[in-house]
Amino acid sequence: MPPAETLRDARLGSRAQLIGRRGRVNPAQTGRAIDADLSGAHVLLRTSDQMHAALALIELDGVAARIVICPPDVKPQHLPPVIRQAGVDVVVSDDPALAVKGLRFAAVHSPSPGEAVMPPHQTEWILFTSGTTGAPRMVAHTLAGLTGAIQPALSPDVVWGTFYDIRRYGGMQILLRALLGQASLVLSDAHEDVADFLVRLGANGVTHLTGTPSHWRRALMSPAHAVIHPRYVRLSGEIADQAILDGLKARFPDAAIGHAYASTEAGVGFEVTDGLEGFPSSFIARPGAVEMKVENGTLHIRSPRTASEYVGGLASESGPTKKPLLTDGWVDTTDMVELRGERYHFAGRTGGIINVGGLKINPEEVEAVINGHPGVRASRVSGRKSPITGSIVVAEIVAANDNATLKEEILALCREKLPAFKVPAMLRFVPALELTAGGKLSRQEAGRHA
Amino acid sequence: MSVETIVRAEFQTVAREQEKTLTGVSDDTVLLESGLDSLCFAIIVARLEDQLGVDPFTASEDVYFPVTLGDFIKFYQDAAG
Repeated sequence: MPPAETLRDARLGSRAQLIGRRGRVNPAQTGRAIDADLSGAHVLLRTSDQMHAALALIELDGVAARIVICPPDVKPQHLPPVIRQAGVDVVVSDDPALAVKGLRFAAVHSPSPGEAVMPPHQTEWILFTSGTTGAPRMVAHTLAGLTGAIQPALSPDVVWGTFYDIRRYGGMQILLRALLGQASLVLSDAHEDVADFLVRLGANGVTHLTGTPSHWRRALMSPAHAVIHPRYVRLSGEIADQAILDGLKARFPDAAIGHAYASTEAGVGFEVTDGLEGFPSSFIARPGAVEMKVENGTLHIRSPRTASEYVGGLASESGPTKKPLLTDGWVDTTDMVELRGERYHFAGRTGGIINVGGLKINPEEVEAVINGHPGVRASRVSGRKSPITGSIVVAEIVAANDNATLKEEILALCREKLPAFKVPAMLRFVPALELTAGGKLSRQEAGRHA
Repeated sequence: MSVETIVRAEFQTVAREQEKTLTGVSDDTVLLESGLDSLCFAIIVARLEDQLGVDPFTASEDVYFPVTLGDFIKFYQDAAG
């Protein structure tokens, strides 16, 4: 699609629907969902409901100068730097409780009739990365970049569903696919469990369903998966192993099953459709919009779909993942790959980043919390492989003294300071932790099962 | 202790630690309706691997995802047996 096109134009004439838990909306037939004039505004979009987020995005693309799309789990204490770095001047929300002191507030609501005519702007879409550190990191995209991997064909008979939140990169891809293809999309709801969502997907005749391998494992563990009959099953956001690919093939023998490689920074890289884990080595150096290379054992991607820049100062970043986003246009994905025969297999991440069900964790962040306990001398946090969520967080701890309740105290501290997926699932006390020649904590041996 | 006792005890422990309420513990309780989330199951599977020495999810040649608590216990009994 041409870069100047906006989401508002794309939906015109569409019969597609956004299907929420409490009702459905045809974005082509609805009027304004936001009453304020936000031309040229720098918007922080922070809603409690995904439907309102989708409606606000459709209305604001081509109107606002910048939209910072806030995923549901961002903690309030992380907002001030986000607001400062992105120059936010208005909060758009469906809940007055999410207003930010000192900033203009604009309510997004179910649409009222009447089309708004507002002067056009080139809108910058700002997404948060999956979150390796406590403070979210923002990356800027354009609509053209975000939609670069999307085939322009209209597919009005398609009903998309996604286990992702549309306010993250993976879910955003599906929202845009649905809107540009004039297809429908079933949105999940924060207040419904997996089984209820599966039942609703089935009732709405979902044909194309996407999620992380962890989402899919959870779906296969629900008896409600019997009610869905997708003809396209897609996995992304985590490395898809052979077990989950085989599991999906067995459950949905007639469906096309693909696993896609994408990240918030690098955009959509490629999709593998042969049912095998990893990707063919022929993908490297093949012609096309997306270029790939393996350097120092990690996958690098260069494409017009990569994010244009980080928003905010890299100077405030710390830790081993600190790096400029682009080198000659290449993004280092930090995903390590190993060539076996004619195929590359994923072999973990550099810098020890732990991926729990698609959410990324920097071990240093968890270590910093643990080390904040006066009874801890040192700690090492690592990932342990899990057949359920890909990885879980485990910690090894050197105690400063004998303390029978130390384990409970450390866990209580972690639960207070960290979201649940970052809290170590297992704690082990060790007499000492190995250091490298340079005096740094050795991460080579971290985690017996890592 | 039997495999069943160990598995059941781990469900209780993880539910308590993760501040979840177990809504059912009978053999036909559907795992995803038991009040536990994916993270809880990941923790249970890791701890059971340490206690029982088996991870049937990874070890199994067949592709199988248990649906009920009874399935889950049998999955471990078969693997540990």
